[in-house]
This record gives sequence, C-alpha cells and structure tokens, in this order.
Amino acid sequence: MSAEPITAERNYSRFANWNVAIIAITVVVLIVSAATVDSFATAQNFGFLVLDLLPIALVALPMTLVIVTGEIDLSVASMLGLCSAVMGYLWNANQPIESIIPLCLLLGAVLGAVNGLFVTGLGLPSLAVTIGTLALYRGLAFVVLGDGAVADFPPSYTDWVTGTIGSTPFPNVLIVIVVLAVVFGVVLHATPIGRAVFAVGAGEQAARFAGVRPGRLKFWLYVASGVIAGLAGVLWTLRYSSARADNGAGLELAVVAAVLLGGVSIFGGKGALPGVIAGVVLLGSLQNALRLSDVSNEALNVVTGVLLIVSVLAPNLARSVLQRRRT
Amino acid sequence: MSRHKPHLVAVLAVAALALSACGGGTTKSSTESENTAAPASTAGKADPNAPLKEGLKIAYLPKQLNNPYTDVEVGGGKVAVGEIKGEYKLTGPNDASASSQVSYINTLIQQQQNVIVVAANDPNAVCPSLNQARKAGIKVVTFDSDASKTCRDAFINQATTQGIGESLVKMASELAGGAGEIAILSATPNATNQNSWIKVMQTELAKPENAKLKLVKIAYGNDDDQKSFTEAQGLLQSYPNLKVIVSPTTVGIAAASRYVSSSNYKGKVAITGLGLPNQMRQYVKDGTVKKFALWNPADIGYLAAYAGAALSSGQITGAQGDKFKAGKLGEYTIGADGEIVLGPPTEFTAANIDQFNF
Repeated sequence: MSAEPITAERNYSRFANWNVAIIAITVVVLIVSAATVDSFATAQNFGFLVLDLLPIALVALPMTLVIVTGEIDLSVASMLGLCSAVMGYLWNANQPIESIIPLCLLLGAVLGAVNGLFVTGLGLPSLAVTIGTLALYRGLAFVVLGDGAVADFPPSYTDWVTGTIGSTPFPNVLIVIVVLAVVFGVVLHATPIGRAVFAVGAGEQAARFAGVRPGRLKFWLYVASGVIAGLAGVLWTLRYSSARADNGAGLELAVVAAVLLGGVSIFGGKGALPGVIAGVVLLGSLQNALRLSDVSNEALNVVTGVLLIVSVLAPNLARSVLQRRRT
Repeated sequence: MSRHKPHLVAVLAVAALALSACGGGTTKSSTESENTAAPASTAGKADPNAPLKEGLKIAYLPKQLNNPYTDVEVGGGKVAVGEIKGEYKLTGPNDASASSQVSYINTLIQQQQNVIVVAANDPNAVCPSLNQARKAGIKVVTFDSDASKTCRDAFINQATTQGIGESLVKMASELAGGAGEIAILSATPNATNQNSWIKVMQTELAKPENAKLKLVKIAYGNDDDQKSFTEAQGLLQSYPNLKVIVSPTTVGIAAASRYVSSSNYKGKVAITGLGLPNQMRQYVKDGTVKKFALWNPADIGYLAAYAGAALSSGQITGAQGDKFKAGKLGEYTIGADGEIVLGPPTEFTAANIDQFNF
C-alpha cells in the first residue's frame, strides 16, 4: 500500500510519455501526408477529414472515461443507429426537428442509463452487458425504421453540419468536437470527478474508502456515453441526410481502437484525453491519406490493425526495457 | 443516485415537449418545398461535334468491391476507357453501407477525376458529395442504382423498369403455369432498382390475366449470400404451396438456386429472376432453373464510360434528346431526367446459356 503513490506516479509518467509519443507520431503522419500525398493538405480535404472523424471523435470522449474506470461500452454504435432510426421515424411522423433532436439526446441518455443500471445496479460485467445491448439496440433500430431510409431532412440543418464556419476552411461541426473535447478534458483532468474516475479505475475498493461512489460515477458515465452517442447519431443522420437503422454499424471498434491507440489502458486507471484525440486524428488522417494514395481497403484494414497492436505493445515493451535496465 | 435522475429526465422531457408544443418548428411538411427545389442545371450548351477528349480520368465507384456482378460491369468500363484513351480507376468500400461511399467520393474530388461513375448505395446520402464533385467540374454518371436526379448528370438504366418488371412477371407466370403462389427474394429493402421493379411486378400481377398468380411474400436477402440462402429456405418452409421464387438480384437467385438444387424442393419449385450466366450455369444444367433474364452487365460499364466522356467533352449536357456514340454499342439518345436506357434484357435458358460468359 505504501508503494502505491510511487507506482501511480511511474505509471502516470509512462502514460504521459505515450501521450507525447502518440501526439508526435500524429504530427509526423500529418506532415508526411501533407508533403507526399497530393491534395491531402487542401482546405476541402481538411473539411472531409473532420466530417469523417466526427462520430469517432465524439463517441471516443465518454468512452475514454468509461475505459479509464475499467469498464467498456460496446453499444455506442448501436445507440447511434437507434437514435438515427428514431430521428427518421419522428421526422416521418411530421414532428418538428427542434424537438426531435433533444428527444434523441434524451433517448441516448435512457439507453445509456439502461447500460449503467445493468453494470452498476446488477453488477454485471460491462463487456457482456454492452455486447448484449449492442445487439438489442441495433435490433430495436430495425424495429423502428425497418430496412428503409428517411432522407428529406431540412436543408438548413443538413447544410450546417456539412458546411464551414463562414468562409474559413473549418467545418461547423469542429465547434462541437472542440467544445466537447475541452469539457471532457477539463472534467477528466481538472475536477474531482476526473480524479474519482482515475481512482475507480486504479482500484474500486480504495476509491470507495476515499469517499468515491463507484457505482454512481459509472452510471452517469454510461448516461454520458449514451447522450453523446445520441448526438453523434443526430449529426450522422444530418451529415448524410439519411436516417437508417444500420447507420454507424461497426463504429464501436474504431472508437475503442482510437482510445487504446491514444494510450488509455484497457484495464482502467490510466489514460489522458489529448492522447485519445491524437489517436482519433492519427487513425482518421492515415486512412484519408492512404485512400488518396489509392491504397486498397484491405491494406487499410491491415494498417489499422498493426497500429492498434503496436499501440498496446509499445508501452509494455518500453516498461519491460526500463525494468530490465533498473535490475 | 435515484434521487436526482428522475428530475433531470423530467426536465429534459418537459423541455422537449415544450419545444414541440410551440408548433413553429421545422417539420417534414414545412420543408417539403425546400427539398423539392429545382435541380442545379448544368451550364453550357451541347456541341454534338466536339471530339471526345483523350486522357480523361474516369473513376468507377460501385456499390461495393469484390462483387462478381460489379466486376463484370466495371470490366466493361475498363475496356471502354481504354478505347477512348482515358485513365481508368476502380475504387470503393468493401461493405455496401450508405455512408462509406461518401468518403470515396470525397477522395475522388481531391484526386481531380474528370468523371465519376457511381452506383449509389443510398440515393440521398451520396448527394451532397456528388454535388460538391459537380461543382468542381466532375461529371457524374450513375449506374445500377441511381442517385437523386438533382445530383448526377446522367443515369445508365440497364433496361426500363417497366420492361424488367414485365419480363419477371412473364417468366414467373410461365413457370407457374399461369396460376399459384409466388414469392420475391429481393436485395436490400432500400435498393432503388429492386424496389422499382417490384412495384411494376405488383402492378402487372394486379392485371386480370395474372389474377391466378398470388404474391405471398417479399423477402429480403440483403444481397448477402448467407442471408439470401436462409430467406429462400424460410420462404419454402412458410409457404408449402409456393410455385416460383422470383429473385431480381444475382446474389439472391444464386443462393435460392443453390438451396433448391440440394433440397427435395428441386423440380417442384421454380427459381427465376435476374442472374449471371456463369453463376447460374450449373443450376440451368441440373434443371433447377428453367429460365432467367439479364442485360449484359459489361455493356453498362462500357456505356457509362462513353456517356461520361461525352459529358466531359461537351458533346452532351445530359439534357433530354442529346445524342452520342458509344463505341460498339452504337448511338444513344438521352431520355427524360437524364436517363440512358441500355436495351431490352436477354432471357437465358439451357439452349443459349453457353453462348454467354460473364
């Protein structure tokens, strides 16, 4: 117990290092892509890149906090799909979009709360619970909208999502990403909530003794995950002007990949948001650059997979090298 | 925790209700006029005598890669692009989801292609990016599954919807002996082409001469071999009196034929629809399938290349009545809404199937 602060500090510095490393790697990839890939560094491509990153970046924010507490939420893409389907359903039912959007966020909160109740109230493993709700919510999405698509969303809204701020090259949705990233960053790294998140991830029992209520904390993190997934569903639907039950299918894997690549430990207790943002940008820009270079889809998947393994391997390798040097 | 949660939920719910109660919101009906705004008209006048430009970059973006039918289509495109001395490119996602095509369109815009030949997975989801492409001077030709009319220059229609729907019902009626239960095994429920054929089929079936044919079910195999196989199995189990399964998709007809040829339904239930001769050859030879139809998919890709090149060279603008030459296929005239019809479908039977290799 007495060695606890020291290990924590060492771990922190190791993860701080990985954070710096992943940000550095991201910057290098961006520079190399800009220099070698035709039309990578154009304003238009920047806009496309941000729009492609949007859902992954948003969902990765609460996912980071959830994974730091030692849990996981694999149902995010299905919540996104269900919110998209409900959005299409309500729009078809001639409801005003101004009330559909808050209702979708509310729905996200309820879906997240269901996950939270199963995990914290019943004490079930989050991996099992959210794999279950992954299937359940996606199934419900198909119940709501069937295999059809709803497409005729108001241009004023869809144009905002695909448009840029004034005549700058910055997409409007960048505001959403930046604001939420700052909020989640501040909460995780500069508030008691954030400290509680790390404490719960490091050891639930110890956190409890320190006055944290792990169940309550996790519950609200799942709610947050649901709300953000709902928001991502709304933005996804408006971006493609298409509400479909299969929207975002498979997104959860990209999100978890980005979070782990960003240096968050899958076992909980460790991680930082800047690294996660870098992870999201790294994955997205690599895919974008490789696609512009006409690299095939299969090769793209290989690159993503290798990156992910390296990201899990590198910190562990570094640690064992350090330990060997010490002994 | 339970003390705070209900309050928050209640507040959010009330807020949402209050918003909707205002009544001044943006609803589907209040924006209908906005959405049906006039299409962006293509500027410029057609010059039928303009020579076809050389070195045109023509990119094919099918619904998904590694689909045998699509491979034949784009194969025809590659031949045509070679004939007009252009640069051929094939790109696209591995899954047929609506949104994954958008990133590929964006990439093609960045690569400054001259023509994008695309089969839209979702007629609307691809629209904003296709219009961005057109703003950048890229000509957009759709094939297979059309995008909204407002976001492409021309559409290669493999056959008229009417013609295919009629031909499917005619084959079904012949195989059922003029009376009995039939079912349809389609692709995805949102597939533009399949749905328009099914609609014609339903109109045809409502006619007095087809009164004895009863459409009992439309099943969806999502153009996935496994799902189509299971759906075919399900149809036969749920409808023991089924006489014919009509599958207007190559994946569906092959999966249904595979199931029937290996089951005791063989010889009792007929399979027909739209299929590829190479995939269907064994089922035609073993008697599972008596006849099916299709256009020549290679010609679609071929025609699309010439249409795109003609658009890009200024020979045509995509307006009704514009004429252009499409190599070995001869002269084509653009119909209403920028549609270019390839021609009537071909029926394949045991007698002629060996003449076709695609």
